[in-house]
Amino acid sequence: MTGLDPLLVVEHLSVEFPTDDGALHAVDDVSFAVMPHETLGIVGESGSGKTVTSMAVLGLLPTRARVSGAVRFRGQDLLGMREKDLEKIRGAKIAMVFQDALTALNPAYTVGDQIAEAVTVHNQIGRDALATRVRELLTLVGIPNPSERAEQFPHEYSGGMRQRAMIAMSIANDPDLLIADEPTTALDVTIQAQVLEVFGRIQERTESAIIIITHDLGVVAGVADRVMVMYSGQQVELASVDDLFYNTRHPYTAGLLASLPRLDRRADKADRLHRITGQPPSLVFRPSGCSFHPRCPEARIGGLCTEVVPELREVAQGHLSACHFAQDIFGVERVS
Amino acid sequence: MIPEEEIRRTDPDLSRRMDTGGIIGTGLGAQAGVELGLEPGGGSGGGSGTGPVARSQWQLFRRRFLRHRMALISLVVLALLIVGCFGATFFAPYSKNGQDLLLGPVSPNGTHWFGTDELGRDQLSRLLYAGQLSIEIGITVALLSTILGTAMGAIAGYFGRTTDQALMRFTDLFLIVPDIAILALALAYFGQANITIILVLAGIFWMGIARVMRGQVLSLKEKEFVEAARAAGASPLRIITRHILPNTIGTIMVDATLAVAAAIITESTLSFLGFGVQPPNTSWGKMLSDAEGYVGTSKAYLLYFPGFAILLTVLAVNFVGDGLRDAFDPQSGRG
Repeated sequence: MTGLDPLLVVEHLSVEFPTDDGALHAVDDVSFAVMPHETLGIVGESGSGKTVTSMAVLGLLPTRARVSGAVRFRGQDLLGMREKDLEKIRGAKIAMVFQDALTALNPAYTVGDQIAEAVTVHNQIGRDALATRVRELLTLVGIPNPSERAEQFPHEYSGGMRQRAMIAMSIANDPDLLIADEPTTALDVTIQAQVLEVFGRIQERTESAIIIITHDLGVVAGVADRVMVMYSGQQVELASVDDLFYNTRHPYTAGLLASLPRLDRRADKADRLHRITGQPPSLVFRPSGCSFHPRCPEARIGGLCTEVVPELREVAQGHLSACHFAQDIFGVERVS
Repeated sequence: MIPEEEIRRTDPDLSRRMDTGGIIGTGLGAQAGVELGLEPGGGSGGGSGTGPVARSQWQLFRRRFLRHRMALISLVVLALLIVGCFGATFFAPYSKNGQDLLLGPVSPNGTHWFGTDELGRDQLSRLLYAGQLSIEIGITVALLSTILGTAMGAIAGYFGRTTDQALMRFTDLFLIVPDIAILALALAYFGQANITIILVLAGIFWMGIARVMRGQVLSLKEKEFVEAARAAGASPLRIITRHILPNTIGTIMVDATLAVAAAIITESTLSFLGFGVQPPNTSWGKMLSDAEGYVGTSKAYLLYFPGFAILLTVLAVNFVGDGLRDAFDPQSGRG
C-alpha cells in the first residue's frame, strides 16, 4: 500500500443481535481498510459475519442490531450518519451487488427501467440521455442487443445475464466502492468466470474499489488483491492474496486451503479431501479463548488457545493473523 | 462511457440519432431504435433481426388486455352504460321525472320499453338518469377508498412498529363500528348531498384494502429487491411507490373493482333505508327500494331492470379489473 488515503476504514466493528439466549455476536471487533482501486476479498463460511459486515458498512442492518465501532468512508463517519445523508451515499458512492439476482431484481419492471431507476435515484437526467446511459451500462456488462434486452423483464433473462444486469444497476452512478455479496454463488463456473471478468472490466473503466464477499477461495484467488478471512464473526487473517495462499499464518485458513480439491496434488491414502472437523461454534455461546480452538489441529490444550482470545497482530509485512502460534507453526511450513 | 460522450460532443446529429430509442417511455421511441438497429456505446450487439422481438411495455399491456375477451366485451358494455347514462338527456325517451298519473304502472311495451311505475314515469328514462348517480358513486368511492386504503396499508406495513400499531388500531376502530349506523349518523349530520354519500361510503370501504395491502407490503419489504433499492439509496417514499406498489397492482385492481360493486350495492341499501338519495333524485338502488313492494306481483318488472343494471355494471367492472390485472402482470406470458 502506498501513501494513498484509504477509501473505507472499518475500525473495531462489532454487531450484536439480541436473542432470548443473550446477545448473538455476528461480527466481533473487525477492522480493515480498503484502498482506492483495490479489490478486497472477504472469505468465510456461512454465518461467519461476511454479509453482516458489509450491511453494517451501508447501514442496512435491521434496527434491532446493535452496532459499535467506526466505519469511515473518505473520512466521513457512516455509522453515526443520518438516514437522509446515507441515502445520498448508497448507490452513488458505495453500491452493492446482491447474491441472488432473481430476487434482487424487481419482477414488476423491465431491466431497462430498473437500471434507469438506479440512475434517477441520484441524478435528474432527461429521458433520451437516460436511455442512452442504460444501453451503455448494459453494453459495459456484456449484454448483447442492449436496446431490446432493456425492454425485457428479469424473468426473461438467464441467470448470468440477471447477475450482469444487477452489476449494471450497481455501477449506474460510477460508485467509488462496489460491495459484491457472493455475486457468483448462484452461477455455474462458466458464467461465474464471465461475471468475474465483468468485474475486472468495470474496475479498469471506472477505477472503483471492490469488496468481494465469497466462500469460494478460487474466486478470491482470481480477482482479489488482499483477502480477509473471517471465522465465527471474527477476522482470523488478513493478507495479500499471494501471502494468504502461499504463506498461510492461521490454522483455519490452512484448513480451508487444504480442503480444496487440487489437480496437482495426489489424493491421500483414504482418497478423500481434507476436512476441518467439527461445526462452526454458536455465535451466542462462543468457546473460550480462540474461537477456533475446538476444531484446530494445532490447539495446545490447557494453554493459551483455550484461555486467551488471540489478538490480531502483524506477523509479517502487511500480514495479520489472529493465532497465538502464527509464528511457530507457519514460520517454516508452507501449505502447497 | 467516454467514447460516446465524445461522439455526442463532436457530432450533435449522430447524438440525436443515438437518442431515438427511448427505453423508458411508451413504445414508439424504443421501436424506432430497434428498427434502425442502433447499437450505441459499443459494438457487441447483433443489431435488429437477431434475438427476440422487443415490444414496449405499453404494447405488451395492450396485447394482453385485448386477448382477454370478457374484459374487452365488458369494457364495451361499460362504455355503453356510461355513455347511455351520462348522455341521458339525448337518449332517454322521456324526461327524468315526467309523470303520467292517468297512465299508472304499465308493463313493458312498445312506447315504454321498460314499463312505467305507479306515477306513470318511464322506467327506461329513469334507469338512465339513475345510472348517473350509481356509476358516479361506484367509481369515485372505489377510487377514494382504494387510494386511502393503499396508502394506509403501505405505510403501516413498510414502517412497521409504532406506525403500524397506530394505523392498524385506527383501521380496527373503523372496522368495529357498525357501518350503517355511522352512515346514517353522518348523512343526518352532514346532509344528504351526493358528495357526502361518496365520502361516507369511501370512509367505510378503505379498511379492507388497507389490511390486505399491509400484509402484501409486509412480505414484499423483506424481498431482496427492496433491500437492493435501499442499497441503491432510494428513500422510503420512493421504495414504496416505485418498488413495492407496482408489485401489488393485481391486488389493488381486484379490490378496487370489488369496491365499485360494493359501493353501488351499499348505496342501494342506504337509499332503501331512506338515508341515501332523496327524491326526486334517484339511483339504481333507490329504484329498487321504491319497487320493493312489488316483489311477487305482476309489477315485479320494476325490480328487474334496476337490478339487472346493477348486476351488469358490477360484472363488467369485475371483468375489466380481471383483464387489467392480467395485463399488468409481466409474467403472464407474451402476446
